[in-house]
Amino acid sequence: MKVIGKDTRRVDGQALVRGKALFSDDVKIKDLLHVKILHSPVAHAHIQNIDTKKAEALNGVIRVYTYKDFTPHYYTTAGQGYPEPSPRDTLILDSTVRYVGDRVAFVAAETLEIAEQALDLIEVEYEELPCVFDAEKAMSAGFAIHKSDGPTGIHDAANNIAAHLDAELGDVEKALSNSSAVFEGTYTTPFVQMASIEPHISITWLDEHNRLVVRTATQVPFHVRRILAEILDIPIARIRVIKPRIGGGFGGKQEILNEELVATVTLSTGRPARIEYTREEELYAARLRHPERLSYRLGFDDNQLLTAIDVNILENCGAYGPHALTVMSVTAQKALSLYKAPHIRVIGNGVYTNLPIGGAYRGYGAPQALFPLESLMDEAANEMGIDPIDLRLKNLFEVGDDIPIAKILGEGREGYPMVLYSTEIRACLHEGRRLSNWDHLREQKQTGRYRRGIGVAVAGQGSGIPGIDMGSAFIKMNEDASFNLQIGATDLGTGSDTALAQIAAEVLNVTVDKIIVYSSDTDMTPFDTGAYASSTIYISGSAVKKAAENCKEMILEQGKKLLGVEHAEIIDTRVVAPNGKNISYEDICTKTFYTDEQMQIMGTASHLSYDSPPPFNASFIELEVDTLSGIVRVIKVVSVTDTGQVINPKMAEGQVEGAIPQALGMALTEFMPFDEKGRMLNLDFNSYHIYTARDMPELVVRFVKSNEPTGPYGAKAVAEIPINAPAPAVANAVYNAVGVRIRHLPIRPDMILDGLVS
Amino acid sequence: MIVQFELNGRLTTSDTNPGTTLLEYLRSSEIYSVKHGCDHGECGACTILINNKAHNACLILMHQVAGKKIETLESFSTHEHLHPSQKAFLDGGAAQCGYCTPGMLMSIEALNREDQSATEEDVRDTLSANLCRCTGYVKPVEAALKVLAASNDAEGLS
Repeated sequence: MKVIGKDTRRVDGQALVRGKALFSDDVKIKDLLHVKILHSPVAHAHIQNIDTKKAEALNGVIRVYTYKDFTPHYYTTAGQGYPEPSPRDTLILDSTVRYVGDRVAFVAAETLEIAEQALDLIEVEYEELPCVFDAEKAMSAGFAIHKSDGPTGIHDAANNIAAHLDAELGDVEKALSNSSAVFEGTYTTPFVQMASIEPHISITWLDEHNRLVVRTATQVPFHVRRILAEILDIPIARIRVIKPRIGGGFGGKQEILNEELVATVTLSTGRPARIEYTREEELYAARLRHPERLSYRLGFDDNQLLTAIDVNILENCGAYGPHALTVMSVTAQKALSLYKAPHIRVIGNGVYTNLPIGGAYRGYGAPQALFPLESLMDEAANEMGIDPIDLRLKNLFEVGDDIPIAKILGEGREGYPMVLYSTEIRACLHEGRRLSNWDHLREQKQTGRYRRGIGVAVAGQGSGIPGIDMGSAFIKMNEDASFNLQIGATDLGTGSDTALAQIAAEVLNVTVDKIIVYSSDTDMTPFDTGAYASSTIYISGSAVKKAAENCKEMILEQGKKLLGVEHAEIIDTRVVAPNGKNISYEDICTKTFYTDEQMQIMGTASHLSYDSPPPFNASFIELEVDTLSGIVRVIKVVSVTDTGQVINPKMAEGQVEGAIPQALGMALTEFMPFDEKGRMLNLDFNSYHIYTARDMPELVVRFVKSNEPTGPYGAKAVAEIPINAPAPAVANAVYNAVGVRIRHLPIRPDMILDGLVS
Repeated sequence: MIVQFELNGRLTTSDTNPGTTLLEYLRSSEIYSVKHGCDHGECGACTILINNKAHNACLILMHQVAGKKIETLESFSTHEHLHPSQKAFLDGGAAQCGYCTPGMLMSIEALNREDQSATEEDVRDTLSANLCRCTGYVKPVEAALKVLAASNDAEGLS
């Protein structure tokens, strides 16, 4: 292969390093209105009275919107395929507020300052209602956060259960009682914020033809278009959604967060409108990783083989349910698709509380699943006297294995059978063992104030949502043998535009600079479900490969006609007949444009897959615990990944290198405390600490040789997989260092000190 | 309030409200490499140079720039040529989403002008002012070290 597996400059790289005007907000628009949201200061209340007169009287305020301005229409903010598996429990504005941060009203004004001033002039009387923050208590709170009538898709509104799942294969209780060893524990994972450096930003205007243009930082332009059309009651034909470059998403932009507000302003005033979240709003009024409480039981037989895995999930959804069912489903799937256990069971409840809203965040339930699983595997190995790597090697699924949970649990409905066609997870473990110096470090005896430890964890993810995610591509040829590649796939900063260009270039025998990529514009590009579920390379990449093959087929056919031969083949960028006659790509295209056999050479294709081959990762963490302060310092991370065939090594490395500090943040530094009124306390980057350049440990990032037969050129996904294993590996390394088992993230110094004392 | 300063090599006069930040001014002047990320001087996406030192434009009020020399990424490259640090970022894959990239490039430039013998530790300290959620800082640090090494070599030759 000439292009696949090779580094290439990003197709948008020149513009990015020059700081060109690429992002949603990098545009100057005349007559722009600025929109600000009045967020609820209380966790649960009825709006008894709302008076906007003073605000509207302020010079420069164009309009103040309250719930009285809208006919109730329930929707979900989750940017998912239709019909969405998330409950439709949200109104643009409601007379009830359900968490500190909920929308009370919004203002459109001539300047941002005036819009902010106007917020202070809106007079609201709240009738405060009882509130609940704990998911367990919420199920028997005695009051419902959401109504039973109106919203749809809520599992049990009266008991605040947004979503429920329940599945069993075999007989878990019996298998556990017959097991020679059973290990169990209850774990919690925290709220974590995606913290993309570019905040949510949306700008809308009416174009020359009175169509609504939405320029927005989104991972899901086509879902934005569909949902806006529905809730604003305008035809899809009247909406164009454009996604420029995005300053990071990580799932946080798989959401219709504010587009409906600015679109409302534009449609009702005729003027362009802009909204951008502040960092504070990002933290408490955007989306977060769902916290989960997880109780696991693992049973083993005498040969240290798993007999049963029992999983109980309690997911705290916060005040609304976007992704409530599906994040929990992924937790269940990832807990049960790593190791062969004949008996498996999962019960899960996703529960409404009066806290900020859970959403999609890189890993999407898998980090929650793997923290307890991989911690318990470590405990089991230590108790049974077997090396933790060896215990995993004995129990991991192998090529050809059927993964039964996949069929039972799909994306909010029954799934599809899943056979593992590729797994190099064992190679990942062997390589990591060597690179991390595992055997030597495990044997170190630790004494003194600073104690070192090493831990390991493994993880799987998926490559797209089977039977649902669909991508498509359109390629057309130009006279100089360049090609326009138009794709609905959404590059959220990962470099997918470049990777997809590489796939097209490989098929067409051209260099990447011959591929001109235009993506994510609902007017100009074909449909794609969007950038989530690690789908872009596997799903959209397969569509690009097929479209390029169709295009290449047409080049060959036209070439044969122009040469007047029946048989020919493509060699490099020429069509060559057996008799030696040949014609270049350039001549073929030029002639077919202007003189002979006239037509546009172009290819189109769509792709959907019933497979979702898991990429795998083994992460090794070496760290040091200060036994006096309880502070953990991560020294080295070895992350070895099976992503199938790597498309672009540097960009794939970049995915892993970026995921690790996010995972370490969840494990150690990212902390979201709330006061007794449900107000989040860490509302800036000083107190909500994401990893900085100075905090970074040494990273060793490797990919093992692998090939996925169902993937484009053998590729699987890479975006999410590396975020899953580091957190449990940290907990396991802490145990290895000081003998303290921490079951709650983030691991704080006081937890370690408490453990050392007891 | 009328303020005069040098912006990317040009004498510039602005008439702004006293409360206007340099970030607001620059973006409203279509200097779009300067990004908004937090408004509190924590993320570094709006890093610019004032008299060769790196500053967060969101923390600077317009009256503070009177008589100062302001540089943004727009002054780094010509139509044809990239600045060495831009090239290092491009070739090294150091820009992922690219939103924090301009701020990082300004921080690296300030360090390079101040201390060409800077070590990896210095680079990490410097880039700690620029939060990035995509790269894990691995490739940006590598690129910065390349830029510093190249500057050192050039220094040695002169």
